[in-house]
Amino acid sequence: MMTDSFMGDGPVLSAKDTENKQSQPRAPRSYILYICRYKAFLVETLISLQHVTAGYEGKAVIKEVNLDVLPDDFIGVIGPNGGGKTTLLKVMLGLIRPFKGKVTYSPALQGEKQFKIGYLPQWIQHDSRYPASVMDVVLTGVPTQSFGLYGKMARMAAMEALEKTGVADLTRKPFGELSGGQRQKVLLARALATRPLVLILDEPDTFTDQQFERDLYPMLREFNKNMAIVMVSHDLGIIASYVKTIACVNGGLHHHPSNMIDEKVLASYECPIDIITHGDLPHRVLNRHD
Amino acid sequence: MTGVLELFGYTFFQHALLAALLTSIACGITGTYIVTRRLVFLSGGITHASFGGIGIAFYLGIYPLAGAAVFAIISALLIVFFSKRDAIRPDSLIGMLWSFGMAVGTIFIFITSGYTPNLMSYLFGNILTVTQLDLTLLGLLATGVVVVFMLLYPLILSVSFDEEFARTRRQPVQVINVVLMVLVSLSIVMTIRVAGIVLVISYLTIPQAVAGIFTRRLSSLMILSVIISIVGSLLGLWAAYVYDIPSGASIIFTFILLFLLAKAFRSIQIKVAANR
Repeated sequence: MMTDSFMGDGPVLSAKDTENKQSQPRAPRSYILYICRYKAFLVETLISLQHVTAGYEGKAVIKEVNLDVLPDDFIGVIGPNGGGKTTLLKVMLGLIRPFKGKVTYSPALQGEKQFKIGYLPQWIQHDSRYPASVMDVVLTGVPTQSFGLYGKMARMAAMEALEKTGVADLTRKPFGELSGGQRQKVLLARALATRPLVLILDEPDTFTDQQFERDLYPMLREFNKNMAIVMVSHDLGIIASYVKTIACVNGGLHHHPSNMIDEKVLASYECPIDIITHGDLPHRVLNRHD
Repeated sequence: MTGVLELFGYTFFQHALLAALLTSIACGITGTYIVTRRLVFLSGGITHASFGGIGIAFYLGIYPLAGAAVFAIISALLIVFFSKRDAIRPDSLIGMLWSFGMAVGTIFIFITSGYTPNLMSYLFGNILTVTQLDLTLLGLLATGVVVVFMLLYPLILSVSFDEEFARTRRQPVQVINVVLMVLVSLSIVMTIRVAGIVLVISYLTIPQAVAGIFTRRLSSLMILSVIISIVGSLLGLWAAYVYDIPSGASIIFTFILLFLLAKAFRSIQIKVAANR
């Protein structure tokens, strides 16, 4: 160990450490001090994927993927269709078990009542006649005892989440009667109600309107002050202006340590792409080529 | 009218009323679960599969609903577990269990020596012949259904609204699915006694359809379904007495009538509101 140390200020890395951390040279910008049952943890990594290979029916969609989610991350996941973006999210959420490799969750995520990962799906397979009000839907996200009926505290927590996503006025409406954008805001409130440390979003604006996009991204930037965000997006303009780092998924995964979209990022995308410009509002200069 | 009042003096009629009440409680609640999760076809499968159990029970000379319960629960669990795998399409499996149960039942009743007099009452139900044992079991079932749904309401709402999200929250999705399928199976089996295999599905779907016209929330849908089911059963029993027709068919007829009335009432209500 001593032989590998070197002079100078900065961290002293042992050979063993460099070998393990090879794929993730990033240092966390913040930590979470997590106190649970008289024990304190300093949390650096919330979710860690190591050499993960996963897919469906024995066919691997993502191979040998490494990714760490740190407490203040805002990771934009991009890649071609069928490249494994959704598979990656499902592995992180624990919805599918990897064929190979390991997914590790920080103890901070394993709350007493609740697993602290919030999830906003692209679209929920939902029967529009399902009898649930907006309040009912958000209540399903509130950490509560699993037994008995929902109490006043649970309703207050749900209300708070609905206020954060700006749809508190819809509380009593049947969920099935909402527009696409309203639905996504309610489901985002449901995800927030879980009091997540990591918020995972799968192309949240696919079936919504422009107004929803304009509302969503500033909200996410605000939420990012208190939680890590991992978001799949097809919109590179959004990626360039809101996320902090970019993960390109195309079978394998490249995690770029900034949100600059340069040739290197595009090379891993393997697809001709819209021209990106920086500015206050994300906008395209040219139309999509397809 | 005095004729109807006199009826209340008879034990068989008191039993019938109690059976209608308890069946309505159990089916009003489990039926809401079935309808909202779109499991109506599955319930039809379980109902008919249980006929296999009735046939075997006849052959062995044991309590027929015990055989029905075994067949119902086994087929429900098979469907729950196989729907997660890709080995067979769930609806094909339901169709297979549906006809397999009927086939087994037919074979065993055929080879049972002697005449089986009350077979018809299992196909079409007869609420007027429920026994003390039937009532005790119905009472236990209704209590069980109410207790489970009150205790597990948050989990049931969560799992039935969005199973995937429930799994991301590490909720016991499969346990909930299994517990509820067992309750559904038992409700079906006990309702066979009242409405018969052919008509069970009505208790699980029609009151819920009527309630669905007036409410869009899970908890109120359950409560309203129970009330409508009780009202429909009592009116149906009364009609069965007055017109001297089979009680099961009469109850279903009343349910449908209630549905049409509710639909008409609702559309008038909407028109009035629009004109205002």
